[in-house]
Amino acid sequence: MKYIEAIRQAMHDEMVRDARVFVLGEDVGKGGVLNTTIGLRDRFGAARVLDTPLAESAIVGVAIGAAMHGMRPIAEIQFADFIFPATNQIISEAAKIRYRSNNDWHAPLVIRVPYGATGGGALYHSQCPESVFFGVPGLKIVAPATPYDAYGLLIAAIRDPDPVLFFEHKKCYLSISGDVPADGCVVDIGQANVVRRGTDVTVITYGMTVHLALRAAEALATTEKIQTHILDLRTLQPLDRTAILEAVVHTGKVLIVHEDHKTGGIGAEIAAIIAETLLYELDAPIARLCGPDVHAIAMSPTIEKAFLITEQQVAEAIHHLAHA
Amino acid sequence: MSLHEDVSLAPHRVVGLTDAQCVRMYEEMVAARKYDERAHVLQRAGKVAFHVSGIGHEVAQVAAATALDRQTDLFFPYYRDYALLLSIGMTLRELMLALFLKAEDPNSGGRQMVGHFGCKRLRVFTGSSPVATQIPHAVGAAYAAKLRGESAVSFVSFGEGSSNQGDFHEGCNFAGVHQLPVILFCENNRYAISVPEKLQIAGRIVDRAQGYGFTGVRVDGNDPFAVYEAVRQARARAVAGEGPTLIEAMMYRLQPHSTADNDLLYRTQAEIDAHRAADGVVHMLHYVMQQGLRTEEQQLQWMGMLDEQLRQAIDEADAAPYPHPATMMHHIYGDEATRVMPGKGSLP
Repeated sequence: MKYIEAIRQAMHDEMVRDARVFVLGEDVGKGGVLNTTIGLRDRFGAARVLDTPLAESAIVGVAIGAAMHGMRPIAEIQFADFIFPATNQIISEAAKIRYRSNNDWHAPLVIRVPYGATGGGALYHSQCPESVFFGVPGLKIVAPATPYDAYGLLIAAIRDPDPVLFFEHKKCYLSISGDVPADGCVVDIGQANVVRRGTDVTVITYGMTVHLALRAAEALATTEKIQTHILDLRTLQPLDRTAILEAVVHTGKVLIVHEDHKTGGIGAEIAAIIAETLLYELDAPIARLCGPDVHAIAMSPTIEKAFLITEQQVAEAIHHLAHA
Repeated sequence: MSLHEDVSLAPHRVVGLTDAQCVRMYEEMVAARKYDERAHVLQRAGKVAFHVSGIGHEVAQVAAATALDRQTDLFFPYYRDYALLLSIGMTLRELMLALFLKAEDPNSGGRQMVGHFGCKRLRVFTGSSPVATQIPHAVGAAYAAKLRGESAVSFVSFGEGSSNQGDFHEGCNFAGVHQLPVILFCENNRYAISVPEKLQIAGRIVDRAQGYGFTGVRVDGNDPFAVYEAVRQARARAVAGEGPTLIEAMMYRLQPHSTADNDLLYRTQAEIDAHRAADGVVHMLHYVMQQGLRTEEQQLQWMGMLDEQLRQAIDEADAAPYPHPATMMHHIYGDEATRVMPGKGSLP
């Protein structure tokens, strides 16, 4: 099953099981501009696969109101780059509903956010805005890399009693395939996953760069006998601190990789957690390989290529750490 | 002698209100006014940190609440809606607990500023300080009600300043497109803190309804029966599936924006005094007396009871415990027992 099919299947399966679940967003009726919701309106009707006016704050705000009144909405932001008009509703409202009402109200909604560069997306169809929401108490943030995790985390997100930002990497949609059990699965929010065992260098990452790290690790195992340990965070908030620290101790050398900008990115917090907890267990300084601190990707193929992290860069960073 | 020789022509009866309802409306308006005045004094005396006044809004709020279904409707108030809250069932004691920021405050357990309402028991959805954010929530709750076939109507109130926020426009448009049962109630008190209406809007707020494809009604917010009738009709349209209504109730904020504001920096005492002469709560008292709905003796007795209720509410709220500091970390998440936030360490 492809990554995008797993997301579609999870929405479908949970809508069958739970009448409170409905999808809303721009163009979701026809299947979405990225084809994620194809077939859902035929199956569940236009009231439960709701085409909204083109207004992101209303998409999220309406979802919050429906969630407070007993529904389980899945709000789709068409591209992560367009989430910012809804930021007030996400940070000032959804995140604080439970806290500010002293647990009287809660807002169980999922906000699906297709993010990341696919090539040809330019500044406003490529961004990774997860760090904007990272650190906001009350929000949960997940970012699966595989069909299994996409399915299982989306089910968990829909059933979660609090707002969950579901970051789905657009590059994974069609390029990543994997098994999802016929009777479904649930992946608990807050649990990272070791996707490759190794003894020399630990890579901590999430999203599309998990796959770059896996490919780089396979190549290095063959060519240089470097054994790379890879931790896929899967959930960005709350971070799985135990899994992070265990993965670091396992090799004593850590490389953090993400497509989002380096400055203020999630890697900065991970590096801080490692440093404040087990600095003296490290055999080399913490390394980060992240998107450069420019606005976003540019459309021109030369600049686009220069922006994106490659398998080769990941391999070089692992190699460098292994020999540090 | 009655103001109207034919009692059936008394304005409250013309719109279908009983004498008892009319008296209740009066009592709720005065209770809100007295609460507000005490809150101001308590703040000036240093007993409470902050107060934001609803004086000048009471008539419209109580009239609106009276036209709604207090058992089924969904409320999305804003920070001047004390009279609305009293009318739909929040007690003076509960309002005082919120003012004193005490643990037992049903709105937020002392977490939020006064006037930030929320109470599931009364179907009052939790609100915040960034204005107009509650409007899309009201629309979403109405959509949920419609999906489930409930007859509930969302009632959302806000000031004229809020009508400039994107969330007002996005919420109105969404409600109009899907013909949702929403009553949008603009309490136009002529000032958004210090900025007067003419610097907030070039046209009329009520006229915007036309652009969203639904009915707009402007009413005198000091006329309880006009407001009641406007909200009653709006509710009837909503329940009949005829969509939202935007009501612009015209009123005047008789107090500064809050206890932290000096309103004489941007308006004159003469202007305030002119509007005070049109105070709807005073007019309502005259009306009730003129209609013979209450004798002088009953009035004195009731005022005494209200004073006693307020005194007791203040004493109890003052004596009530603050939230324990350890509760600071509570209710970040619904499943917080299993969660540790980054950098926050273990929960107490």
